[in-house]
Amino acid sequence: MSHASHAIADRRSTLLWLALLAATALTWAIGEGHASGPAIAALLLAVAMAKGTVVILDFMALARAPLLWRIALLGWLALVCALIGLAYWKGMP
Amino acid sequence: MHAAKHTLSPSLPAEPRLAGDLAIWIFILAELLAFGLFFAAYAFARAHDPALFAAEQEALNRNAGAINTALLLTASYFVVRAVHAAEAGRGRQGARWLLAALGCAGGFVVIKLAEYAAAFDAGISLSSSTFHMFYLSLTFFHFMHVLLGMVILGALWLNARRGRYGPRDMNGIETGAAYWHMVDLVWLVLFPLVYVIR
Repeated sequence: MSHASHAIADRRSTLLWLALLAATALTWAIGEGHASGPAIAALLLAVAMAKGTVVILDFMALARAPLLWRIALLGWLALVCALIGLAYWKGMP
Repeated sequence: MHAAKHTLSPSLPAEPRLAGDLAIWIFILAELLAFGLFFAAYAFARAHDPALFAAEQEALNRNAGAINTALLLTASYFVVRAVHAAEAGRGRQGARWLLAALGCAGGFVVIKLAEYAAAFDAGISLSSSTFHMFYLSLTFFHFMHVLLGMVILGALWLNARRGRYGPRDMNGIETGAAYWHMVDLVWLVLFPLVYVIR
């Protein structure tokens, strides 16, 4: 039983890791394609938030932590990305 | 049932708990706050001169930035596997995952140093522009955290080799793992912010 649950946890982490690498490739490709503009910036920030959420909930194991800790880290991520988005918007011509 | 004894097994919901020492999590919050302020300062400085930031950002090596993102993510994944191995009572086997994570972190350091060398060769310094001031200080601040993370991973590796971690001795490895994941998490915002968003 315990062996099976550890194997499931390992497989889950492996899939998430591959998804994180794919998301990184997407960010890289957008950069290489020289795409710009508010929609692209929003997409890049959404990808960063999705990646950060995986690391926070799964790798840092905060999915199983007390709610306040989960809120603190996910809140940090959301606030930082929101501030970056706001600054981007302020810098638009 | 096994999973009921310690809450890390994902199959059974147990009492919520933080993985690792409370102290490291307080420290992580402080670090995240510092990085968050730094990121916001960059973003609002950029808003004053988006054209300058776009032009100088364009000269950065995005391949190096993306490979380094992959290296940090992979190191994080290896650390997760080491934690899982310890939980499953295979702590010594987890040592190999930790060594692999250290290898990835070392790769990050080598690539980052090559980026710095190329920048200095091109005459870039802290005072050459607002963008470069931020690029160098922000990435160097993060770089120092990678180095500290490597010291921690090295200590975990030595302990894991000695069989120090197991289902009832998770605190040390969980504490070190949490720090390493924080180093990774911060870079996940830094990479698009400094290298890509324009």
